[in-house]
Amino acid sequence: MQVINQQFIVERDDYANAGKVSSQVKQTLNQIGIPGELLRRVAVACYEAEINMIIHAWGGTIQCTLEDNGELTLTFKDPGPGIPNIDKALTPGWSTASEKARQLGFGAGMGLFNIKRVSDHFDIQTSPQGTTLTIGFLVTS
Amino acid sequence: MLANQIVQKLNATALGVWNQNLMNKDYQYVFATDLMSDALAMINNSCDQTVLLTGLCNAQSLRTAEMLDLELIIYVRGKKLDEEVLKLAMEMGFNVFSTDYSMFEASGILYQEGLHAGD
Repeated sequence: MQVINQQFIVERDDYANAGKVSSQVKQTLNQIGIPGELLRRVAVACYEAEINMIIHAWGGTIQCTLEDNGELTLTFKDPGPGIPNIDKALTPGWSTASEKARQLGFGAGMGLFNIKRVSDHFDIQTSPQGTTLTIGFLVTS
Repeated sequence: MLANQIVQKLNATALGVWNQNLMNKDYQYVFATDLMSDALAMINNSCDQTVLLTGLCNAQSLRTAEMLDLELIIYVRGKKLDEEVLKLAMEMGFNVFSTDYSMFEASGILYQEGLHAGD
């Protein structure tokens, strides 16, 4: 299987381009034949995390890698300000989204919960210096 | 219910039809929301048979549809899309409509016609 290693930059408060990276990731994975159900899960998780970087964090990077053993990993790294309470952030309905984010249709308090629910592997490390979210999916041929 | 019939029932006007073939496609489910994370949470294997009803007219309604493989979007309360958003809908090949009905009314009409929530 083709190995992918792509990195994207997400700018802070870049509402105009929100979702473009996830769209590119989805298109790339679609082109190499990732099946529809898995592709939807990856796209949803990537999109939620990308939006989080824009509305909650100070931008960051998204790394997408696909190993030849079928391990697909998305890593989202931001420089802060960190998530004060992970348990609350993972609770459906809990949100600290700004008015601007709510105008965009976000702030339902489902973001991190959605990401965890659709991914096969979920890990999040956070501090005031930044957050690293790593999610994994198993691609079976 | 065929997309054409859905549009007719809702007296919806076309904002853009960029995939005419899909107008004869059968849709069985409806998801109605202004909150995109709620829409993203309904991910299931029936997404491509689901109509999105929303009052959210910005690009994120289209991005959300893109991630879920939704292809038919109906905006409620007579809302229209601005040029940039409409251009994005065209690039994505979506069919987008506007109905004067409220979210509640539009949902009720489609429910009466046999469409229901996804799995």
